[in-house]
Amino acid sequence: METAVKNAFNQGAAKANAAYQTARRRYTVDPITRLEGHGKIDIFLNDAGDVERAYMQVPELRGFEVFSLGRPAEDMPQITSRICGVCPTAHHMAATKALDDLYQVQPTPAARRIREVVYNAFMLEDHALHVYVLGGPDFIVGPDAPAAQRNIVGVIQKVGVEVGKKVISMRRRLREIIAYFGGKVVHPVLGLPGGVSKPLAAADLPRLKEIAKDGLEFALFTNQVFHDIVLKNPDYVKLITSADFTHKTYYMGLVDERNRVNFYDGLIRVVDPSGKEFAKFPVRQYRDFVAEHVEPWSYMKFCYLKPLGWQGFDEGPKSSIYAVAPLARLNAAEGMATPLAQKAAEEYFATLGGKPVHHTLANHWARVVEMIQAAETLVTLLDDPDITSPDVRVIPTGKPSLGCGVVEAPRGTLFHHYETDDNGLITKANLIVATQNNAARIAMSVEKAAKGLIKGGNVSEGLLNMVEMAFRAYDPCLGCATHSLPGHLPLAVNLYGADRRLVRQLVQG
Amino acid sequence: MPKPKVAFYWCASCGGCEEAVVDLAEDILGVVEAVDIVFWPCAMDFKKADVEAMPDQSITATLLNGAIRTTEQEEMARLLRRKSQFLIAYGACAHLGGIPGLANQFSREQVLRYVYEESPSTVNETRQRPQVKFAEHGREVSLPQLHHVVRALDQVVDVDYYVPGCPPTPALTKAAVSALLENRLPPKGSVIAPDTALCEECPRKATKPTNLAFTEFKRPHQVLMDPDTCFLAQGVVCMGPGTRSGCAAACTVGGMPCTGCFGPTSRVRDQGLKMLSSLCANVAPKEEGDINKVLAGIPDPVGTFYRYGLAKSLLRRKVNLPVN
Repeated sequence: METAVKNAFNQGAAKANAAYQTARRRYTVDPITRLEGHGKIDIFLNDAGDVERAYMQVPELRGFEVFSLGRPAEDMPQITSRICGVCPTAHHMAATKALDDLYQVQPTPAARRIREVVYNAFMLEDHALHVYVLGGPDFIVGPDAPAAQRNIVGVIQKVGVEVGKKVISMRRRLREIIAYFGGKVVHPVLGLPGGVSKPLAAADLPRLKEIAKDGLEFALFTNQVFHDIVLKNPDYVKLITSADFTHKTYYMGLVDERNRVNFYDGLIRVVDPSGKEFAKFPVRQYRDFVAEHVEPWSYMKFCYLKPLGWQGFDEGPKSSIYAVAPLARLNAAEGMATPLAQKAAEEYFATLGGKPVHHTLANHWARVVEMIQAAETLVTLLDDPDITSPDVRVIPTGKPSLGCGVVEAPRGTLFHHYETDDNGLITKANLIVATQNNAARIAMSVEKAAKGLIKGGNVSEGLLNMVEMAFRAYDPCLGCATHSLPGHLPLAVNLYGADRRLVRQLVQG
Repeated sequence: MPKPKVAFYWCASCGGCEEAVVDLAEDILGVVEAVDIVFWPCAMDFKKADVEAMPDQSITATLLNGAIRTTEQEEMARLLRRKSQFLIAYGACAHLGGIPGLANQFSREQVLRYVYEESPSTVNETRQRPQVKFAEHGREVSLPQLHHVVRALDQVVDVDYYVPGCPPTPALTKAAVSALLENRLPPKGSVIAPDTALCEECPRKATKPTNLAFTEFKRPHQVLMDPDTCFLAQGVVCMGPGTRSGCAAACTVGGMPCTGCFGPTSRVRDQGLKMLSSLCANVAPKEEGDINKVLAGIPDPVGTFYRYGLAKSLLRRKVNLPVN
């Protein structure tokens, strides 16, 4: 950058810093490119100083689909888990299910239950991480609280140290379940076509049951916390339902045979912006319904509903954009699969004005509802007498050719599609990761927040926070590497004037 | 005495190394108290300019995870090298190139063409691709350029120590940090993990045959594997003998063979080559046709023997392209 521009920028930045410092603890203003794995947002103003265009960019591409070529299909659960160290279990499981399909083999009843135990434990601990550490601070501590308090420490202050300890220990114990079957919690190894690598020893069952029981109590407690702190505060409810955080789009999620939410298996159901069923299909047909659009300004592709064609970044009846993740899952299903979660969901829809809920920030509440279902499911699965059966493998004998697998990752529907030669070596791989399904809606949310906040050249000090909140509700996994310890999404915002010169940059580390 | 200054940085990685640090759980508080964290872009408020302004070698230690695949990452690696007394490659990607290093078997053009033009769900009639510089209506936005090859950290800058694993275990992480804090540092270039083969800590060790004679290699999905017997004794490839210990045999305890994420011990230059030569020497048949039948059970030798170490291996990459 030219020195004059840099100096002008730095002076402006220093001023902005001073004003901003009182409200926010973690930010930098720095004329450098964003860091690997960061989201980057470039906002351009027109002559009137209003937002003309906002670009949300993902600056990374690792090419997993290409370097999977020639690999034995059975290695895919372990290779693709390296897409994301935060949600490796989701990739591992989608890949394992694609192998079942590839070899046309069904896991044994015990193996299927073990996979679901691991998967529901994972959903519960990952959602808990988001509710308390990543997204929760906005609500539990409060969107207006000083930024220095809007982190896990602030959450603990608000809910008490004992609760903080409970969150940390609950998450660690749930991760023990994953490690028990998977060997490791980050990048587990249990998945094989037709089963899992390790049965549950009867002697260990009581310990796992104890964790599950505590997990359910913890999920219900979390619902109560959300209730007491968020829902009893009319300002929060107003914020959740405000127009700046609302988009009328299609919604996608996995459902069971009774159209209830399922994280591990089922048919993919899509509802339109009015809540009416638009499509319901098995994963093998995903290419008829899901397509990816390329923009020249981001490495991330943007998904849309193929039958409707790419209609741009627009919402409403003509839109082809859909959303995934908790908000979308609850919209796309006709109910929850477990009784306490169903009760919580009924209250959710009643409070937020009925189905479908279009408010992005409602993702937080929907996530809590899903925690209850994950915990109830975990308890039920471990009560099953078959769970300790040593019979956890079926040796596949079929000739491989094509396999598709789908799960609901915490961040949304996740598709794995492999094609192989007769020897089971990958000849083609296609992966549509959860956040990619949401990419277009996230880009719209960012632009809407920017347009709502920047008027006549005046940049609201709350811009970054508001954009961040819109982002964070989706729990996005940009480049699958954006989760961070105190829960701040690494994000850089560049603001350009009508003369296209950089006037300001905010970097959220 | 001032606290040691520590920096963390991430390059081409999955976030699992950050999770591994978080999985220190309560122990992380002790670390945070004992050191002064001067740079951690994913967690704290520091900027590159702050690092640039620091005197050279003023950071006691930088822990860097992820492989190097963009110019920007290379620039940060060089900057942090200059500012740090000790640069530590943290995790398999920084140590060996990691799984992203498998991309070195393919060209950058092949990756871009597949992802943006050929993949089955992509609709892109105009064959549009992400551009390093893109402009419309005078608005210009940019993206980083991908390198042709993926490199381990020490292929870019000098590295003092390595913490192995995909990801490293919390115990090893703690050991590395303690060694640093207590000034009990091993010789430069050391991998901070036991210098023995994984078999030494594998609960299946007792069943490992002294003389192997492979008549067949079986892929894990093709065979019911006994939970207590050495994988090699069952004809399943396990990277244990060629891999450093220190993970408490997590994968074999999980019922699956080791895939080699800790890299080799100090006595081995090339992990894949070592395993390949060791297994091949123990193939029972002596005639070429029969040998080939046995080796057909290992259909992807690169992915099997160099799962994490291709970037750092003697093979390096498929074609001799320039880095950029």
